[in-house]
Amino acid sequence: MPETPETTGPSISRADVAHLAGLARIDLTEAELDHLAPQLSVIVESVARVREVADEDVPPTSHPLPVTNVFRDDVVRPGLSADEALAAAPSVEQQRFSVPQILGEEA
Amino acid sequence: MISYVEAIEHFEPVIGLEVHVELGTASKMFCGCATTFGAEPNSQVCPTCLGLPGSLPVMNGAAVESAIRIGLALGCDIAGWCRFARKNYFYPDMPKNFQTSQYDEPIAFEGATDVVLADGETVRIEIERAHMEEDTGKSLHVGGATGRIHGASHSLVDYNRAGIPLVEIVTKPVIGPDAQAPEVARAYVAHLRELLLALGVSDVRMEQGSLRCDANVSLRPRSGGPDQPLGTRTETKNVNSLRSVERAVRHEICRQAELLLAGGSVTLETRHWHEDTGVTTPGRSKEQAEDYRYFPEPDLVPVAPSPQWVDHLRQTLPEPPGERRARLAAQWGFSELEMRDTVGAGALELVESTVACGASPQSARKWWLAELSRRARAEGVELADLPVSPQQVAELQGLVDGGRVNDQLARQVLDGVLAGEGSPEQVVTDRGLEVVSDDGALTAAVDQAIADHPDVAAKVRDGKIAASGALIGAVMKQLRGQADAARVRELVLQRLT
Repeated sequence: MPETPETTGPSISRADVAHLAGLARIDLTEAELDHLAPQLSVIVESVARVREVADEDVPPTSHPLPVTNVFRDDVVRPGLSADEALAAAPSVEQQRFSVPQILGEEA
Repeated sequence: MISYVEAIEHFEPVIGLEVHVELGTASKMFCGCATTFGAEPNSQVCPTCLGLPGSLPVMNGAAVESAIRIGLALGCDIAGWCRFARKNYFYPDMPKNFQTSQYDEPIAFEGATDVVLADGETVRIEIERAHMEEDTGKSLHVGGATGRIHGASHSLVDYNRAGIPLVEIVTKPVIGPDAQAPEVARAYVAHLRELLLALGVSDVRMEQGSLRCDANVSLRPRSGGPDQPLGTRTETKNVNSLRSVERAVRHEICRQAELLLAGGSVTLETRHWHEDTGVTTPGRSKEQAEDYRYFPEPDLVPVAPSPQWVDHLRQTLPEPPGERRARLAAQWGFSELEMRDTVGAGALELVESTVACGASPQSARKWWLAELSRRARAEGVELADLPVSPQQVAELQGLVDGGRVNDQLARQVLDGVLAGEGSPEQVVTDRGLEVVSDDGALTAAVDQAIADHPDVAAKVRDGKIAASGALIGAVMKQLRGQADAARVRELVLQRLT
């Protein structure tokens, strides 16, 4: 789980951004890291201000509606045809989405 | 590599098993796409399971129900309130860039299930959790030597499987079995398969990937005593047959022991099992890869099963495997040993279905445990994966019972069925395997044999009945085995006494 941001101090370090970029496979330059770290900090700190009004007794919300158990019946509904599904793909081979190789990982 | 015996001499193995079960629902977990196995690539997809913008997931109620029933059958507590979470990772098998799973709020937790080993011993396996998630798409790696990603130029992805409901069942570390760990691992997966089949929640076909097992293995030095912490574990992925579960655990125990004895250390990592060579090879290192940034799924509302619903589902649970075995043993008149062998061979369902198709319990048991087990071993496949159905076995036994084929011919009929030549009836017709029951033809063959062996015939006439065996053999040979030996004996004796 990500660290809970503190309300004081820069919450996103340059190393954090580099790590996140690595996870997201975004190749950032040194200059971009310098540029993004403080910007992301500002965003996280702004959101973290909610903590100032929400005390310990207020549980975190994951959904705005107070409802539970919204289910659908197990019924097949028509989806897209393979042609439709693949229409916007940059590259298609053998009726499959063709993606660049992923280095250093196995499926 | 050092031997298993040597590995066990120095180390105590501890295992943990994660089993993924694809639920047998008609539609996917969060959308109405079909889940049929083997459909044309990308023909069972929609904006939701393709992660297209603006699409929203809605839970499949039947899948949630199945997950709760699995939890109950494993003796778990059912969460009164739980949520899904996003497991974020960037790999093209999930087009959304995350997998919808459960993180710290599994639907079922803290259970236990009793597994019976081949020798009749019972081992209690504690269940950590059973949680709901969705399956991922299937990647085909192109350009590499073995279809693996290593050396591949690019990958082709089929999203038919993406979004199919899964339940992941995770055991607590299994510490007790010690040297029996590989056998316990196999027996546990076989037990789960039986349980899930009885629940009717999945077709549990390991060869089609609807039941997949990841095996965690770690070793502790014998010298360290029972209170020492667990050693560093490896997780061997996608071990997809019962036989492989046992082999992979055994291999991993030997590999780690050798490494440790040589003064090395085990790396915390994912490993891949290679069925053909029987070894595991390193995959990704866990330390760098496991940072999934889980957070609660904002597009789904929580699941809060009411006690009434859970109680109702509890009523729908099938008879527990132990009780079922006891009932079937009594019904079939099997001894404890016969029953244990049947279960151990993975033949309980097969025998049950064969009996349901009309065969006697003892004949069904004999086919599956003797002839068919031998062939499965020779082929290196599971009994259930042989290309012969319980219906066909019952039909074959019917041919034997009806005197239309003898035991030897029945085995030839089985050859034909296994070779895909159709039903037993069909094979008998096509191969001309039926016994000669026409007394005229039999008598002619008997007379011929008597004429060919006058000295033997004379002995029989003198009362040496035992000598008739040579004549029966000659008749059988003449009829290429296609006769009922007992009937031939009758005719021979009729002629000579």
